[in-house]
Amino acid sequence: MVDIRDLHVSYEGEEVLHGIDAHFPKGKISVVIGPNGSGKSTTIKAMMRLIESDSGSVEIGGEPVSGLSQTELARRMAYIPQGRNIPDITVNRMVMHGRFPYLSYPRRYRPEDREMVGKALEWVGLIELSHKKMSQLSGGQRQKVYLAMALAQDTEVILMDEPTTYLDIKNQFELLDRARLLAEEGKTIIMILHDLESVLRYADHVVLMDAGKLTASGPAREVLGSEALKKAFGIELSFIETEDGVHCFVKR
Amino acid sequence: MIGGLVFLIVSAVLNVCLGASGLSLSDIWRALISGPGTSAASRILWYARLPRILACVLAGAGLAVSGAVIQKVLANSLASPGIIGVNAGAGLAVSACCAFGIYSAWAIAGASFAGAMLATFLVVTVGRRTHASRTTVVLGGVAVTACLNAITETIVTMVPDAALASIDFRVGGFSSVNQGRLIPAGILIIAGILVVCTLTNELDVLSLGDDTARSLGLNVSAVRNGMLTLAALLAGASVSFAGILGFVGLIVPHIARKIIGSDSGKLIPFCALAGAGFVSLCDLLARMLFAPFELSTGIILSFLGGPFFIWLLRRRKEDN
Repeated sequence: MVDIRDLHVSYEGEEVLHGIDAHFPKGKISVVIGPNGSGKSTTIKAMMRLIESDSGSVEIGGEPVSGLSQTELARRMAYIPQGRNIPDITVNRMVMHGRFPYLSYPRRYRPEDREMVGKALEWVGLIELSHKKMSQLSGGQRQKVYLAMALAQDTEVILMDEPTTYLDIKNQFELLDRARLLAEEGKTIIMILHDLESVLRYADHVVLMDAGKLTASGPAREVLGSEALKKAFGIELSFIETEDGVHCFVKR
Repeated sequence: MIGGLVFLIVSAVLNVCLGASGLSLSDIWRALISGPGTSAASRILWYARLPRILACVLAGAGLAVSGAVIQKVLANSLASPGIIGVNAGAGLAVSACCAFGIYSAWAIAGASFAGAMLATFLVVTVGRRTHASRTTVVLGGVAVTACLNAITETIVTMVPDAALASIDFRVGGFSSVNQGRLIPAGILIIAGILVVCTLTNELDVLSLGDDTARSLGLNVSAVRNGMLTLAALLAGASVSFAGILGFVGLIVPHIARKIIGSDSGKLIPFCALAGAGFVSLCDLLARMLFAPFELSTGIILSFLGGPFFIWLLRRRKEDN
């Protein structure tokens, strides 16, 4: 669904991505992992054209994103950033912003926009809080609002940069369960995660990055057990199988 | 929104009724119906109070909307046209016009806008080049304001005629509003506010942060630059006839946000109404507080704005 080919990106003259090639399959949860500073967020941002790449290409459904306008891209790919602003507006108004790519000047909302927003709020379970201010919500609820905004954007692909950061364990699982449902509905989910146990539990496909290079990719168990992971994090994982699936822990 | 409209109407009516020669509501009604005439009430209404209230309304609305836009675009609640140097840039341009003997209303409105734009460009460029934080951008604005004011002072020192022509202007007020200047500036202010009202969705998306805004399809740099240009236009047009009225663009958007929230679709029209009402009220105070002496409206605004700014700084510190 989304393909990256030989992607090079530089910051202030210094190359930080050194020719990434990756494939993110449709209707699956793909998780990008790697140490801090390995280029995970840069890769995601380059996919969304939030930063310029030096060379290489990103394709969505075989179509280069470089040929799409920012609005066309926003109709195909949604992005939930790592650092999230909390404006002093209502939940409903916030989710309405997800319809922005579909509005032409002077940006008046149509009935179908309101319907889509209602559905998105219902899907994340926040319809009853739609008139609350963003500032009155908990961290988990705010994350759901951003997810609802991405759903209102009605895209094939959703990119999430560390969506579980700052969430308690219950909210982490709730968010990842919803990501699973979205993938089952056919959306392509690409996210960055740090918790390897969650990666093992939820990822259909894992991409491992180290020092600006892709060093392994494939099924979660295979990547997490690879030499490349040992090299990237300087740790080794052990796996145990229980009645509710495979778990991993770090060998000391 | 209705509250803002009521506030504006009450302030405007009080401003029209009260003064050295008081006018009753029935006097005003009769003078309005019969049009400009020779009676004392008619002359006071049509040639003194109405032009003055119109100037207050236009300047208040223009500066308040300009402040709301600047605060949204720079994501900084301390920013306003007065504090980041926009008013000072417009002031410099008007002083320069007076020094060169240019008194055409359109030329002064245009120069005022150009000066406001120059200051905006300087502050934004300094901020970008130095990767300044939100607070540092404000400090950059203070520095730019100081430099522009120094140039203005140099001009009025070197060209005494410019000093005479710009005395009222530098304090800010409506005691000698030039009706000729009011028309072009008024057209620019009304047009500017209407355009901002059609771009409130863009303003709100921009306030979600650059990455989120781009991911929603917004051309962030075009919208940011376009909105700052509109803010400079509104502030420059207001300054061109009312002079340097500080703090309107700081106080009004803050209070408006407290009352109506941050949704720009409601905030911008509310700021226009509340700003117009607020400046009318300040102008009334300027005329009435020490009557028969009249203070400049800019002095009243400084008395209110200075403590407000300090309170804002204290509150930000507590919030942090």
